[in-house]
Amino acid sequence: MFKKLSLSALAALALTAGAASAAGDEAHIHDVDFSFEGPFGKFDENQLQRGLKVYTEVCAACHGLRYVPIRTLADEGGPHMPEDEVRAYAGQFEVYDNELDDYRTATPNDHFPQSALDNAPDLSLMAKARAGFHGPYGTGINQFVKGIGGAEYIVAILTSYTGETRDQAGTTFYENTAFPGGWISMPPPLADEQVDFDDGHSNELHHEAEDVAAFLMWTAEPKMMARKHTGFVAVAFLILLSSLLYLTNKRLWKPVKAKAKAGA
Amino acid sequence: MSGIPHDHYEPKTKAEKWVNSRLPVIGLIYDTIMIPTPKNLNWMWIWGIVLAFCLALQIVTGIVLVMHYTPHVDMAFASVEHIMRDVRGGHMLRYLHANGASLFFFAVYLHIFRGLYYGSYKAPREITWIIGMIIYLLMMATGFMGYVLPWGQMSFWGATVITGLFGAIPFIGEGLQAWLLGGPAVDNATLNRFFSLHYLLPFVIAGLVIVHIWAFHTTGNNNPTGVDVRKSSKAEAEKDTLPFWPYFVIKDVFALVVVLAVFFAIVGFMPNYLGHPDNYTEANPLATPAHIVPEWYFLPFYAILRAFTGDVWVVMFASWITGGIVDAKFFGVLAMFGAIVAMALVPWLDTSRVRSGRYRPMFKWWFALLCLDFVVLMWAGAMPAEPPYSTISLIGATYWFGYFFVILPLLGVIEKPNTPPATIEEDFDAHYSKPAEPAE
Repeated sequence: MFKKLSLSALAALALTAGAASAAGDEAHIHDVDFSFEGPFGKFDENQLQRGLKVYTEVCAACHGLRYVPIRTLADEGGPHMPEDEVRAYAGQFEVYDNELDDYRTATPNDHFPQSALDNAPDLSLMAKARAGFHGPYGTGINQFVKGIGGAEYIVAILTSYTGETRDQAGTTFYENTAFPGGWISMPPPLADEQVDFDDGHSNELHHEAEDVAAFLMWTAEPKMMARKHTGFVAVAFLILLSSLLYLTNKRLWKPVKAKAKAGA
Repeated sequence: MSGIPHDHYEPKTKAEKWVNSRLPVIGLIYDTIMIPTPKNLNWMWIWGIVLAFCLALQIVTGIVLVMHYTPHVDMAFASVEHIMRDVRGGHMLRYLHANGASLFFFAVYLHIFRGLYYGSYKAPREITWIIGMIIYLLMMATGFMGYVLPWGQMSFWGATVITGLFGAIPFIGEGLQAWLLGGPAVDNATLNRFFSLHYLLPFVIAGLVIVHIWAFHTTGNNNPTGVDVRKSSKAEAEKDTLPFWPYFVIKDVFALVVVLAVFFAIVGFMPNYLGHPDNYTEANPLATPAHIVPEWYFLPFYAILRAFTGDVWVVMFASWITGGIVDAKFFGVLAMFGAIVAMALVPWLDTSRVRSGRYRPMFKWWFALLCLDFVVLMWAGAMPAEPPYSTISLIGATYWFGYFFVILPLLGVIEKPNTPPATIEEDFDAHYSKPAEPAE
């Protein structure tokens, strides 16, 4: 009875988890095989650096990364850029300094600038604030298998413009099959060969989109590598400890059970 | 402390005697740890230890998180990001705390359903059961308020919806809601009081846990047969029991470590799976999310809340008989709290004289259906409030009340139970004398 109960409870846990986002208007979002997925997945430093370039040249025109300190670009488990490059990178931004009561050149200790446009959301956490995968039927199984899919959602948004536009109350909306509702106010931001990569990597649209999505996954979850490492060590240790405890428990109960066997 | 006869602590050394004559704390610890425990306890009796661990984990990680968190509407969300990015080990602390809440509720549901199946609530353990239910209610309050603290979209809108339930109470609702919120809407005052109470309640829970343990150490543990330990003499009692240390401590710690291996896999590899993506967007009172969904552990009761809409005949009847005072919203609130009260009343609703469900052939099926009902309600609670989900919720909610208020009282009368073994020893010996029988 309780075996069944525990199983159904486990299933329930799995079921309801993703059920949260059982939205009706689901667009189809393709699963991308990102390098950081799975228990052993790692960020690809080169990809993050390419993504940073896409972000800087394209996204940053309107969007910001207010929660991300620029210095973290040098972090291991992230883009891992040399410190002088990070310093040079910070130098291109002007930030407002409360103490000076004036603008000054940014240093690596400053955060990325905030969004330049009021209606352009901050992108720091976007890869965790959106779910690419749902269901089926509110069970959360897809999210369990493929991941929550925030990065995939970003790729889909960048690559799913149809070219149709619609004017409504003075605002132009662009048809985008990945966006809930189908019409988005962001003009198509990215095109084939828009950004040139220093490492000579292909700059077709879907490559650019995947690179910037990976970069935004890092800005959302900068400690992912450290977390997975801790998780791996903890699980390995706990499995070892549980085997030892299993043997201890077995030995401890052996005389009691033997007596029961003899007594019956 | 225990009603089961056993050896009590005798101070032997001079130092022990010195301490014991002034404060009998060593004796208290000894008697607690060495309590005679029914030797036939199965693996469903391990959740108590898991729960004790969860409480400790939540308090320890919580105290450290508070050192870095700022309870202010303009800074709360950013301070959580500060914990995630700048605080050494902060991302692990936060993920342990957030997923720790899920483990806590996962364990408490298995613990409660264990009690419901083996009749652990029946005389003489009613007080243990009631205290457990109060702990469960406090856990829900603590969990709910904790979810508000990161000040994400789901924090804000969840707080708005749940405190709105109190606003549905006739006459005093509006005033009560404003009193709870500290203003007309969820704002800084709300965040501050939720923070204060989120820090306070776990210590109240810890106190009640001690009383919970005290109560069942007085009656002795229940066990899978529901048969009492023989208490006529120490020799008799020892045939039915083993001391908690080392037999059950080692067994429970083994189970705890297995549970923790799964827990750490979730924390390490998929820490946001049980959360909601919307909570990574800062709270915005001007933008309502498309679907406001509570955390998974509230969903069965959330489904019951939403099941009773204005077109259900009981709701219409209640509204007519009270002259409109009980409307659909208030009815839903009553149903949600009533569903929990029903569980708390179960010691007096179950009329069967046989304690354990193992010897109740009809009860078994109704109980299995209750477990299924719980899972279905949990699922329905996450779906939009529209057909067919609203109908499914209504059927599920009806069964929930039917089980406690109709089926349980009736079963005691119409069911013919099997005969439980005469003693715990008999059950234990029978179990281990069967060769190659898998453990229960």
